Amino acid sequence: MRLPKPRGPLSEWLVARLAGTGVAGAAPTSDSWADSWDDECISLWTLHELSFRGFEDADDRAEWDPGLLGVRHDLETALEARLRERWARTDPAPVAPEDVPAALETVVAEDDGPSLADHVRRHADRDQVLELLRQRSVYHLKESDPSAFVVPRLPVRAKAALMALQFDEYGDGDPNRLHSHLFARGLEAVGLRAEYGAYVDDAMPENLEMNNAGSLLGLHRRLRGAAMGHLAAFEMTSSLPSRKMVQGLERLELDGPMSAYYDEHVEADAIHEHLASRDICGTLAEDEPDQADEILFGAFTCLDVEARFASALLASWGAR
Amino acid sequence: MTRPPAPRDFDHPDVVLVPHGPMLLRGAESVQDVDGTVHPVERPVVALCRCDKSSRLPWCDGTHKVIPR
Ligand code: FES
Ligand SMILES: [Fe+2]
Ligand SMILES: [Fe+2]
Repeated sequence: MRLPKPRGPLSEWLVARLAGTGVAGAAPTSDSWADSWDDECISLWTLHELSFRGFEDADDRAEWDPGLLGVRHDLETALEARLRERWARTDPAPVAPEDVPAALETVVAEDDGPSLADHVRRHADRDQVLELLRQRSVYHLKESDPSAFVVPRLPVRAKAALMALQFDEYGDGDPNRLHSHLFARGLEAVGLRAEYGAYVDDAMPENLEMNNAGSLLGLHRRLRGAAMGHLAAFEMTSSLPSRKMVQGLERLELDGPMSAYYDEHVEADAIHEHLASRDICGTLAEDEPDQADEILFGAFTCLDVEARFASALLASWGAR
Repeated sequence: MTRPPAPRDFDHPDVVLVPHGPMLLRGAESVQDVDGTVHPVERPVVALCRCDKSSRLPWCDGTHKVIPR
């Protein structure tokens, strides 16, 4: 993947610095980018990507460059504060460790965000579905990778359960069945580009923020509980919507490898949701009780950023 | 030299019944459904439908969540 297109002063500075072109100088101060959310989102996305697959046109050493880590720190602090504030606004009650799996179900049941899968099943036209798949590709081409960073940071039971889940996400040892690979084959089959990061320049800021939130939680040991809560909420809200995606894709005659990707998730995530909520989050909360509330913060965040993305996309279609 | 058995410090049952949900089954190689068809298992854990309403029996597809209890 090549560096993304800048969207404002901060990302212009960042891309120039990563590409080693021109005189980048000192990073713009936060007041210069604080007004451009789009600029902020693409900049943090780019900095996080240095810890995933990186960029052909950037130096691999940039991942640990102190000058860039300072910028990443400022962007992450702003994002985390925003996410925690949204969670605090729901007035969450503290949860006892043994109640975590039930509390996760409550958070999921209370989610009233709009459903893109409902729209795809009944109303979306072909262009809208292709637009949704381009947006989704930002995450699905690196599906599960953010939670893989959490493995070494967990106690014994949660670690074993996360590995069971990740093993399935990564194809149970068969590269042909790796979920991100299934999605790539699906993109090709519907005539879209399948290479890693192909549509990052088209990603809406809501989508980048959704991806940044997942990466932020996965990359920080301090946020391990929130990362696992995020994973649980994702898995718990996947199998029924995936079935609706299959029905919508079939309605639009986009079935084949892309509906096979969603079809796999009907079955896989009906399993993963229990592994995530009980065996990962439940045991983590028992072993590290201070993580219980963090798990719920992560679960809420997952649903909240998806709801914001879904609202923005539906609004752009005049669908809501 | 024989290897000592792995310690059994944690509960790790092969079958778990999820309240109002499926039966989780670990380490199976195949599952026979009610019609007698045998389905190969390709995952370390599978979820078998207990509510009988799944669209892809014998596997759970999450439908139990939308059935009133
Ligand atoms: S138990 Fe899940 S669909 Fe029947
Ligand atoms: Fe997956
Ligand atoms: Fe999954």
